[in-house]
Parts: sequence; structure tokens; C-alpha cells
Amino acid sequence: MKLRKVTAASAAVLALAVAATACGSSDNDKDSGSSSGGGKKITVGIKFDQPGIGQKTPNGYSGFDVDVATYVAKKLGYSADQIEWKESKSADRETMLQRGDVDFIAASYSITPERQQKVDFAGPYLLAHQDVLIRANDNSIKSPSDLNSKKLCSVTGSTSAQNVKDKLAPKAQLQQYPTYSACLTGVQNGAIDALTTDDSILAGYASQTQYKGKFKLGGFKMTNENYGIGVKKGSDLKAKINTALEAMVSDGSWQKAVDKNFGPAGYKNEPAPKIGDIKS
Amino acid sequence: MSSLLYDAQGPRAKRRNVLFTAVFVAALAALVWWVYTSLDDKGQLEWSLWKPFFTGTEAWSTYIWPGLQNTLKAAALAMVIALPLGAVLGIARLSDHVWIRVPASVVVEFFRAIPVLVLMIFGVALYAKYTNISSDDRPLYAVVTGLVLYNAAVLAEIVRAGILALPKGQAEAAVAIGLRKNQVMRLVLLPQSVTAMLPAIVSQLVVIVKDTALGGAVLTFPELLSSANTMIGYYGNTIASFTVVAVIFIAVNFSLTSFASWLEGRLRRGKKSTGAVLGADAVAELAAPGDHEDLQKAN
Amino acid sequence: MFDFLEGYDVLGAFWTTVQLTLLAAVGSLVWGTLLAAMRVGPVPLMRGFGTVYVNIVRNIPLTVIILFTSLGLNNTLGISLGSSVIDTINFRLAVLGLVAYTSAFVCEALRSGINTVPVGQAEAARAIGLSFSQVLRLVVLPQAFRSSVGPLTNVLIALTKNTTVAAAIGVAEAATLMKTMVENEAQLIPISAVFALGFVILTLPTGLILGWVGKKVAVKR
Repeated sequence: MKLRKVTAASAAVLALAVAATACGSSDNDKDSGSSSGGGKKITVGIKFDQPGIGQKTPNGYSGFDVDVATYVAKKLGYSADQIEWKESKSADRETMLQRGDVDFIAASYSITPERQQKVDFAGPYLLAHQDVLIRANDNSIKSPSDLNSKKLCSVTGSTSAQNVKDKLAPKAQLQQYPTYSACLTGVQNGAIDALTTDDSILAGYASQTQYKGKFKLGGFKMTNENYGIGVKKGSDLKAKINTALEAMVSDGSWQKAVDKNFGPAGYKNEPAPKIGDIKS
Repeated sequence: MSSLLYDAQGPRAKRRNVLFTAVFVAALAALVWWVYTSLDDKGQLEWSLWKPFFTGTEAWSTYIWPGLQNTLKAAALAMVIALPLGAVLGIARLSDHVWIRVPASVVVEFFRAIPVLVLMIFGVALYAKYTNISSDDRPLYAVVTGLVLYNAAVLAEIVRAGILALPKGQAEAAVAIGLRKNQVMRLVLLPQSVTAMLPAIVSQLVVIVKDTALGGAVLTFPELLSSANTMIGYYGNTIASFTVVAVIFIAVNFSLTSFASWLEGRLRRGKKSTGAVLGADAVAELAAPGDHEDLQKAN
Repeated sequence: MFDFLEGYDVLGAFWTTVQLTLLAAVGSLVWGTLLAAMRVGPVPLMRGFGTVYVNIVRNIPLTVIILFTSLGLNNTLGISLGSSVIDTINFRLAVLGLVAYTSAFVCEALRSGINTVPVGQAEAARAIGLSFSQVLRLVVLPQAFRSSVGPLTNVLIALTKNTTVAAAIGVAEAATLMKTMVENEAQLIPISAVFALGFVILTLPTGLILGWVGKKVAVKR
């Protein structure tokens, strides 16, 4: 009798486990169901964890890339609630476009010759530079060579930290974490001296309310990063997105989006780049 | 046993205990105080960093709950797939035929010897290269693949140990009344050993739940730990978020562990026919190749 | 055939894995024994501490512990473990995290070993007037260690595999290198095979040798 009870209890646990699976997947169904409910929709790849660029927040998504993508989608004939946002991690972006998982990607996506072989880029819509984020009261880092013997942080698999070490500051030490926010904790508390990546991303972090006044940008402009909107190779979206981007700059929405997302960090943005003008 | 290691305490021993306790408390308090002041110094205890978890539900509904769902989903999928696979491998290792027994043993020992993380890294690259599973699902598939390969091997050992732990008489009696080999297994041995194995199986779930975190930290599987990272990007509260995530993991796993040991106690007390119970920690995470003797026998 | 190995220090990465394993093994054996002593000792508070420690640590993913040593202990609390070089700090933090985690399992293995020592042994020891620490040191633990060689071997093998988690804070051990290699090179299967083989070579002999040792030293009863 007791044994049977125990067996029943264990079966219940297993059943619960299965139910958890089932409820997980039914949730997914619901998600895709509700977004396809409005008839036509457009799927856009963005970053989920870069404040100022693309960040998942309790009230939806926010950031410069999100604003640009929303504007572009509107010009393409999709309202904001017809956009389905998808997370596109750096390593996945080309694959996602090639496979058609997303219609276009606006995710701090630099135009490079290697990537252009796999996908097409509209834009560029922002000219960013590799830079460092340092503590606001740290005056010891005035030029890239000051990074020698300093501790530099970047995310695992990113080339930016390695670039600095190879070209500018051979004695710098590298720390790699899965996310930028992990680096920030270290910079904030002095265990790490600088976080390096694109200045747009850094400005996004520095603009976060809880970090206000704690960080500053080095302003080194170590590279040129031309942010483009990635589309599938040969897609006719490229031309349409370019038209939309031009309209965004000329009607002032572009500047508004820059001010809104990067403004608080005192980030001096480059003027809006001309379509097709890729700075190397 | 443990209480037999020292005598009932006289006045001197009691005084000494008080002294030890006092020193220990002082040391612990100093440690806690140091952690507290350091955290306070760094501004990590500011209410604004902890507020998201205590006021309002947005942090829970946006980040933690979807992450926890993925954690549980991967763990449940891995368990449900690994269990039958493990049962087959475990029984195959007990086969009379060398050509079944040896390959099964090789597979089991191989996958027990390899870190889950290595299996997961392999899985994610494999799916990216040779399949057209969408990038949304790839990390889940890779995590589940890694977990299934490893845990099927561990579960195979649990099954095998469970069957071996049954009294010999069971199989002998079954053979004596003329049952065939597969009937002996199906009708006599398996039903009895399943109850004996339950605690060990439940506590293996703890290992699986813990291992999903690997997928979050090193691959890009959006489970609890990795959604905490997204959350840290938004709130900038590393310490607070990690603490909350750790507490959630402890709560989930502690309830599983408690359930497993309750089950074990229940089975040991209420043993009616089988006379064999595999302890919750019999094969658990730390089971490894080349060692089958110390699987606990009943009592 | 093994062109893909060129330019990568596979042996170096596995050497780091071995170092992590050995250092963490020694550390967790010491700390785990202390925990076990606390858990069977006469001071109620220490018993409570041991129990709470083991139950908390066993239920947290190692990944969370390792990330916490780096983000919490190092980045926030400023503990750098006597080094100013990031790679060294990370290595030591990883060892610390592995010790904190593994010692809980060492403690449990030892406790089950202590439970196999017949009651008469401890009673006889007390009868000749030995104190708790003498009972433990001279009579019970030596026997307990001998009968827990098997479970401790399992802990050691699990530890060897768990060192891969140090990849989460960028320690240059085997899994970190494997991840880099599968991302940069085309030969997925051969690369994975090399790393799988590496771990089989590390863990299988450990299991076999210590299994044999365990049988040798087991207390015959």
C-alpha cells in the first residue's frame, strides 16, 4: 500500500515535470499566435541586453536600434505592434538572415567585408567607434597607450579587447565575461579599469539611471564601426530600408532618437552617415 | 553513529562547548560584518538595487519567470528523454550477450567520463552546422542533448544498480517457475527495482537542474542564470540579481532533495517485498566510471 | 590529419585543467574533512553550520558559485587573492569556487564513511578515555577514509569534469579552448573527439586506479 503511494507520488512529480515542459511550449505557441493575430507582421532581430541600443525591459524593448527599426518598419508599412522582436546574438546574425528567421537585423551590426559576403547591408545609419568606458574619477587613462598594464574587459568571443591588446596596448590584461554588464560591476568597483567596445554601446550603459555620473567615455575612436541594417543577400528590402533611413535623418527623427538614447552620457555622436558611405 | 563519538557532556565539556560556540559565533559574525560593510561601501545594498524584486512584479514576469521556465523545461525534457534511454542502456549492460553488453558498457562509461559542458559545446556547434534548427531553439537543443547524453549514462547505472540490488532469490525463483529471460526482467525485476531507484532518480533531477545553468553561462540558452544577466543589464544590480537567482535555485533543488530523502526514508521503512532501496546519493552526480561496488545496498 | 591542432595549445589547456583539479582536490579534502568533523561534533552550532553549508552549496549550480567568486568576491568585494594579474586571479578564484562546492560532497562522502565504522569502535575508544577529537582523529576517521575511497574517487572525477565550468570566468582551460576552436575551425567532429578523449584519459585511469586502491585499503569486516 505504502509502496503504491510512493510510486504515485513519484509519478506525480514526473507528470509535473512533463507538464512544465508542456506549459513552456504552449506559452511559446501563445506568443507566436498573438503576434501573428494581426495579419501581416515583420520580424526584426535586435540585441536584448545592450541598454541604449537594444534592451529588453519590463515595458517592451528600448534603445536606438529599436527606434530605428520601428521607424523603418513603419515606412515599410508595419505599425509598432506588428513587429515581432527576436534576440539576435552577435554570433547568430548571419545565420538568422540566411535562414530567414528574421526579415532584417538592427543589432549594433557593423558592416564588414566578411559579413558583406554573406548578407546585404542597408545604411549605414550610425558611425560608432571602438572606445573605452572608465570610471568618472579615473584620470590615468588619457590615450589608448595608457591602457598598458591596465585591466581591460570585454565579452567572450568579442574581438575588441584583443584588438586593443594587439595594436595599441600590448601590456594590457584581458578579462572576458559572458555579458557587458558583468564587466561594468568590475569597472565600477575598481577591480577592472576599462570596458572596451563600441562607443554607442558604452554610451548606452553610461546613460542608465543607476550608473549616471559613475562612468565616462575615453573618446579614443580606435576604429570605425559602420552600423548597418542586415538583410538577406539579394533582398529587395535593402533599397526600401535605405529610403526609410534617409527619411529618418531628414525629418529629424534620427537626431531625436540619438538624443533620447545616448544623450545622458554626454556622448558626442557623429553626424548621420550618408547611405552607402562606409568609413573604413 | 555520530552521537556516539563523544560522551554525555560534563561541566568542563559544557564550558568548553560554550567557548567554542562563542569563538565560532565571533568568527562568523566578523565575516558577516565584513561582507556587510564591504557591500555597503560599494553601494551594493542600496534599496534601489533590490527594489525590483520586492516591489512590483515586473522583474519577475519579464526576466526571472521566463528564465525559470526555460530552466525547468530543459531539465524536464532532459529527464523525460534520458530516462527510457538510460533504462535501455542499463538493462543492456546486464545482458547475457557479449555483443550487447560490451557496446552498452562502452557508451555508458564514455559519456560518464566527459564533462557535460563539452557535450553541450559540441551539440550547439553540431546543430548550427548540420541541421536547420532555428537559432532560437538551437541552444535548448544543445543543452538538452548534452544533458541527455550524460544523464542517460548515469541513469543507466542507477537502473543497473537497482536491479543488482534486488535479492538474488527474486530472479532465481522467477527462472525456477519457468519464466523466460525477458519475462524475468519485465515481470519480476524491473517493477521491483523501479521503486528502489526512485530516490536516486529524483535526486538526479537536482543535478540536471543545476547543469542547465551551464547552458546559460557558456552557450546562449536563455535560462534563469542568463536571463539574470539580461536583467543586470537593465537594473545594474549584479549582486542582488545573483543572490535572488541563487536563492531560487536553492529553493527548487532543496525541495527536490527533500522529496528524494523523504521518498528514501519512506521506502526503507515501508519495505515490503523488494528489500532494496537505492539511496538518493547512491549514484547522484558524483558517480563515476570504474566503480560499482559502493552503490548502497538496502540497510 | 591533425592540422586543426596547429596554433592551439591543447596540452597547455589540459595542463590548466589538471592544475585546477589537483589544487581544488587538496583544498576540498581539507575543508570537507573539517566540515564533516563539524557535522559529527559535539558543538550544536557547528553541527548546524555544517548542515546548512552542505545543503546550500549542494543545491546551487557550480556555475553560479564560480561566477560569484569573480563578480562578487573579486569585482565587488575586492578580493584578489594576492595577485594583480587577471589570469592568475581568475585561476585562484576558480580554485576557491571549486573548493567551496566540492567540499560539500567530500563532507557527505566522509560522513557516509564514518557511518560504516562499527559503533563498537567508537564506544571502545571512549571507554579507554579518549576525547572527541582523539576518537575522531585516531580511531574513526582513519577507518572512515579507508572505506570512503570509492565515493571520494567519484568526487575527484566529478571535480575533474567540473573544472570546465571555470570557462565561465575566462580561465584558459580545456572547455574554453574547445569553444574557441569549434567557433574558428571547420573540423567540429575531430576537435570534439580530441577534447572528449582528453577527459577520458584524465578520468578513466583515476577511476580504475583508485577503485583498485579502494579495494586494497578497505577495512575487512
